[in-house]
Amino acid sequence: MSSVINVRGLAKSYGSNRAVAGIDLSIEQGEIFALLGPNGAGKTTTVEILEGFRNRDGGEVSVLGTDPAVRGEAGRIWRNRIGIVLQSTSDAGDLSVHDTVAHFAKYYSNPKDVDEVINAVGLVEKSKELIRTLSGGQRRRLDVALGIIGSPELLFLDEPTTGFDPKARRAFWALIEDLRKTGTTILLTTHYLDEAEALADRVAVINHGLIVEVSTPALLGGRATSLATVSWLGADGSKFERTDNPTALIKKLTERFKGEIPELTVKRASLEDIYLEMIGGADE
Amino acid sequence: MNKNKVPGALTIGIARGGLEVKQFMRQRESVVFTLAFPIMLLAIFGSVFTNELTDGVTFSQYFVAGMIASGLVNTGFQQLAIMIPVERDFGTLKRLRGTPMPASSYFIGKAIVVFVTMAIQVFLLLIAGVLFFGVNLPTDPAKWFTFTWLIILGSAASTALGIAFSVIPKSGRSASAVVSPVVIVLQFFSGVFFVFTDLPAWMQQVAAIFPLKWMTQGMRSVFLPDSFAAAEVAGSWETEKTFLIILAWFIAGLVISIRTFKWDRQQ
Repeated sequence: MSSVINVRGLAKSYGSNRAVAGIDLSIEQGEIFALLGPNGAGKTTTVEILEGFRNRDGGEVSVLGTDPAVRGEAGRIWRNRIGIVLQSTSDAGDLSVHDTVAHFAKYYSNPKDVDEVINAVGLVEKSKELIRTLSGGQRRRLDVALGIIGSPELLFLDEPTTGFDPKARRAFWALIEDLRKTGTTILLTTHYLDEAEALADRVAVINHGLIVEVSTPALLGGRATSLATVSWLGADGSKFERTDNPTALIKKLTERFKGEIPELTVKRASLEDIYLEMIGGADE
Repeated sequence: MNKNKVPGALTIGIARGGLEVKQFMRQRESVVFTLAFPIMLLAIFGSVFTNELTDGVTFSQYFVAGMIASGLVNTGFQQLAIMIPVERDFGTLKRLRGTPMPASSYFIGKAIVVFVTMAIQVFLLLIAGVLFFGVNLPTDPAKWFTFTWLIILGSAASTALGIAFSVIPKSGRSASAVVSPVVIVLQFFSGVFFVFTDLPAWMQQVAAIFPLKWMTQGMRSVFLPDSFAAAEVAGSWETEKTFLIILAWFIAGLVISIRTFKWDRQQ
C-alpha cells in the first residue's frame, strides 16, 4: 500500500464543539498535499492528531502504517521516520545554527549530513551564528532544517511562510520543491492560496470539521470549467459577459470593433475565489 | 550506526546534558547570579552573625551547610520549575515531543545541568568560605562520603521535584511568582537561615516533611563537629533516615514527572 497517510472517519470534540466531524483523507507517497481551511475549521486539530500531539475521539488513522497515538519505544521508532515543522518556536537563542542542527541529528537513527542540511536551507553563512541573531525567515529555515535532519519519509509543514516577505516566500517554495525531488511526502497547511497552488499536487478544503473537497489546485471547485468573465469598454461604458466560450466571444468583439478591443480582459476564477465560495464566506 | 535502531535514551540524554550546560553557560547573567548568590548570602550572614556557636565554631560554619542544601533546591527545583514552563511557552518542548527523543532523555539532560551547576557552585562557595569566612572543611573521609552522596542524591531529587512541579505554573510568566514563595518559606522552615532547633516546634514538624530540612541536617553532619549531633532535634544526625527520606522524595518526584509531564500548554 503506497498511502502514507490514511484517515477514515476521524472525529474530535472539545466539549460540545465538534472540531473534527468525520474526516476521510488519503495521501500518497511523494505527494505534496495541502490542507486549506479557515481558522477554527478543524485544520490544526486534524494535523496535530496526525502528528501524534493530540488524541482523537473516533475514527481510524494510519500514518506510515502506524497509529499516531502510539507511545513508548514504538512511538520513538515512528517519530524517527517523520519530521514536524511547527508553527512557531522561539527557543534556544543561545546556541548556534550548527550546534542546534548537529544536536537534533543525534536523535535519529539515520540523520542527514549536518552541513548539507544547513546548505539546503540556505543558512551556510549563518551556520556559526547564534539563533537569536537570525531574522524571522532565517529562523523558519532553521525550523525546516530541524524537521528534515532525520531524513523523514513524511514531513509536516504548518503554515511555513506566515510573516514572510514575497521574496523570502519564493525562496522558501524553491526549498520545498527541492524536497519534493527527494521523494519526501509533505503535508502542508497554509492560509495562502497562491502557496497551495504553487506547491501542492492536491489540496483538501476543510470547513466546519469536514472535508469539502479534495482535488488538484487546477480542478478544485470546477475551476477549470467555470465560466470566464470577458470585459471590455463599450461605446456606453464598461461591459462584461460571462461565458464558457470566451474565444468565440472575443472573435465576435474583434469583428465588431474592427481590430483592437478597448480594455479587454479575460478572467477565470482564481483559486482564492473558488476557495472563498466553498467555505461560504466563513469568518477568518 | 544501524539504520533502524533509534539512539538510546541515555545516549541522547547525555547529549542533551552537554547542550543544556552549554546553553546555561552562555546566559552570563544567570551564571553569575547562580554561582555568586550563595557566596553573597554567606558574606551577609557571616557579617551579621559574628558570634561563635561554641568554642571555635562560627555561625558561618553552620550557615555554609544551609547554603549548600538550599543551593540544591535553588539550582534544581526552583530553576527547573521556572524554566520548564518558559520552554513550554516557547514551543521548545513541543518541538522535542515531535522527535524520537524520549522524555527520559530530557530528564537526564536536566539532571546533568543541575549537577554540573551544583558542583561548580559548591566548589566556589567552599573556596570563598575557607578563604574569607573562616569555614573549616571536614577531614574525616566518612564526612566527605556523606557530602558526596548528599550532593548527588540531592541534585537528583531536586531535579525530579522541579520537573514534577513544572506542571503547576500556568505560564512561563507566572512561574517565578508561583515557585519562589514555596522555596523561600521552605528555606525559613528548614533552618537554612537560622539555627533549626531555635525554630518553633510546629515549624520544625512541617519542615520535617520536606527534603530541604534533611539536606540541611545532612550537610550540618558534614560541616559541624560530631558534638553538635546531640543538639539536633533527635539528638543525632539521623544519617540513614536522611538518605531514605531524600530517596523517597526523589522517587516520588520521578513518578509524578513521568505521569504528569506536559509538553504543550494546551494539552
